[in-house]
Amino acid sequence: MSFGPFLLLAVMESLVTAATLALTAVGLSLVFGTMRVVNVAHGEFFMLGAVLAWFVTVSVGGPEWVGFVAALALAPLGVAAVATLADRVVLKRLNYEPEATIVATIGLLYILQQAALTFYGPEARPVEPPFNFRIQFPWFGYSGYKLFVIFAAVAVLLAVWWGLTRSKAGLIMRATQVDRDTARAFGINVDRVYAGVFALGAALAAIAAVLIVPIQQAHYLMGGEPLLLAFITVIVGGLGSLRGTVIAALVIGLSDGLIAFFYSPTLAKILATLLVALVLVFRPQGLFGAKA
Amino acid sequence: MKAKDTKIWIAHLAVLAALGVLLAVLPAYHATNLARILTLAVFATGYNLAFGYTGLLSLGHALFFAAGVYGAALPVTYWGLSPLPAIALGCLAGGGLATLVGLLALRTAGVSFMIVTLMFAQAGYLTLLYFGQITGGDEGLVMPDATALIPGLSPDTARAVIAFTLFAIALLVSLIVIRSRLGRVMVAMRENEERSRMLGYNPFTVKLSALVLSGLFAGAAGAGYALLFGYAGASFATIQYSILPMLYVLMGGAGTTLGPLLGTAAMFYLVDGAARITTATLLVVGVALVLLILFAPKGILGTLRERGARWIP
Amino acid sequence: MDSVILQARGLTRHFGGLRAVDGVDFDLKAGEIHALIGPNGAGKTTFVSLLSGRIPVQSGSIALGGEDITALPAHARVRKGIAYTFQITSVYPRLSVYDNVALAVPPEAGELRPAVMAALSRVGLADRAEQIAGTLSYGHQRLLELGMGLALRPRVLILDEPTQGLASGEVAGFAALVRSLVPETTVLLIEHNMELVMDLAQRITVLNFGQVLATGTPAEIRANRAVQAAYLGDDDAAA
Repeated sequence: MSFGPFLLLAVMESLVTAATLALTAVGLSLVFGTMRVVNVAHGEFFMLGAVLAWFVTVSVGGPEWVGFVAALALAPLGVAAVATLADRVVLKRLNYEPEATIVATIGLLYILQQAALTFYGPEARPVEPPFNFRIQFPWFGYSGYKLFVIFAAVAVLLAVWWGLTRSKAGLIMRATQVDRDTARAFGINVDRVYAGVFALGAALAAIAAVLIVPIQQAHYLMGGEPLLLAFITVIVGGLGSLRGTVIAALVIGLSDGLIAFFYSPTLAKILATLLVALVLVFRPQGLFGAKA
Repeated sequence: MKAKDTKIWIAHLAVLAALGVLLAVLPAYHATNLARILTLAVFATGYNLAFGYTGLLSLGHALFFAAGVYGAALPVTYWGLSPLPAIALGCLAGGGLATLVGLLALRTAGVSFMIVTLMFAQAGYLTLLYFGQITGGDEGLVMPDATALIPGLSPDTARAVIAFTLFAIALLVSLIVIRSRLGRVMVAMRENEERSRMLGYNPFTVKLSALVLSGLFAGAAGAGYALLFGYAGASFATIQYSILPMLYVLMGGAGTTLGPLLGTAAMFYLVDGAARITTATLLVVGVALVLLILFAPKGILGTLRERGARWIP
Repeated sequence: MDSVILQARGLTRHFGGLRAVDGVDFDLKAGEIHALIGPNGAGKTTFVSLLSGRIPVQSGSIALGGEDITALPAHARVRKGIAYTFQITSVYPRLSVYDNVALAVPPEAGELRPAVMAALSRVGLADRAEQIAGTLSYGHQRLLELGMGLALRPRVLILDEPTQGLASGEVAGFAALVRSLVPETTVLLIEHNMELVMDLAQRITVLNFGQVLATGTPAEIRANRAVQAAYLGDDDAAA
């Protein structure tokens, strides 16, 4: 295969990474932007989404697409329920104090990981894609499902964006983000907003996971990688800035995928993590964020 | 004042003496466990200087620990360096990396500081993987065991002697530091940084000193751990080894000299005990973290001190 | 006499479009009590923050005893002898009164305990040395704040609204204390209590919209038309 088609293939693979990364990172960014909580367990919500997707598809049966649609609906709901519980039982009691919540979500990470290991097991299990057709390019065939992942992620992101900017719930959320005490004074139920945002953030990670399990397998340790990438994305995009996060997801998804495709993936990750550290030190508003 | 000073020194020396006796009389299996606890407690004691006394919540101490592990293990494995200078090298490697990380990371604070340190540690871990042919990567390097540590002593005895010496130095140095002017200023930075700046203290130098000291402790602990148990691996640089000292310190009591030892021992036996009844040991770590931060953020000794034992240093 | 200990020339700090401090020239004479007054938002706190280094200057220069300190960070200026006491009391609430003051004593001051106790006696808190600072009454916390300023043995002591929130009985004691500091220490005082200012200060500088409106003795300031206009045009006139 000559270089041009090879590059096209690499770009398409990277777009899949970028699409799911954008979903995961927007979830993390929403939670940080609104609640100032750095959720270290975000990757475990992703993992939980994938594991639940496997349980749902296995127990539903019937044609593959039925199980997949059920998973796409149920897994994020299940994860959102776990997140709401975590918010109510732990984060709220800590009064969302930033450093304490980090320690607490680290604890949550271990608990969720252990729960997955105990109930799901150490195996990596595949989920069947809802459909199997290949798009034939002149140089290679390409999975139609992967293209679907890209479109689905874009659709969800548009829905989130619409919800945040056009709906009343979005308005309330943004008001809470600006100043929680003022919001409370105006009669906004801040506790409910926080629980809702935390659930939404977790659900976005779960949706990304359901979309990705037909390509990658579900495994109880799969949360680390998306957490790290989502962190990188949110920081490079500017903490709490959604537009910056999406742009960063695209850049990082593409560069991480492309570098990894041509060079060593480890080297790509070393450079990416160092980049994040240096961005936070020298340009804390992010590479794409406006100055605070 | 003088009487109080004497009391504190006697208390610490008594703890050390008790540990020495325990190491001497315990059967080999338990003595080895205790050596492991003491080495990890050196790590926690160093972490406490940064986190407990100075308020620097780092998620990157695994990097300094791993620097100690490899700072000692590589020269021993490849150039046949003898163990004692190797521990010194590991200690310096930890302090050196802490200096580098501190120079950059201390330009940030709070949550950003946590993430920056986390990222540096992650980069360190990936670097160890990248040079896997030298470092052994995730599988690690198996080194000649403690048999060769101190000529003429049995491996168990040598292990006990080295672990005890490392911990005794760490505890006493930590006690001296926190009772010195630097120690008081470290606490001042934790309590109110802006006030301290306006009393003429440079926050950057104070925090850097604390972090470097902490890195030296972590390096010494890493070197000791690698040599005593004959193994070095990239896994020592994973986030888990940054969480552990935090957990030990939270458990025992942040900002107390003996808290790290107490927390390390308590967690060790908690996980050890849990491992007898269930394989879900991660759950113990997770639940302990959540419960501590929710209900006892001051830890065992911190809570005791609050309940009236104000003399606990 | 009349040597200038602290001198500012063309000091400027803008926040976005707001000219908080706009080309201020200022001389503080050694050994005087100098008051800085002006309506709310006149830039008083920003101005002393520039002097103490809490906020970096955008342009202009600051000299202490003839030495240019414009580029020095806040903590280095404290070591050179500029002490700042906070408008909103800022002590270490979880440490004892003794430890609070001990932290302020410079490393080269020799024996720690006598230095701490001397500062505490001066502000009348010697008998509360072992108390935890956070449990002191508000008035006592303000005194502790001042005691920490004194323990630094500054050449220039900047007091940012030291009597805010004090009862009238406490204000009188405070005034006597401040008067006892000069001429060893030079005092720069931001204060809203005009009676106190006129009573204490040898000279007064009036700031308005980030600029110096007038400088002079209390009598001169009282007679100044521009000052009257600035104050009458502001709710603060009555205060």
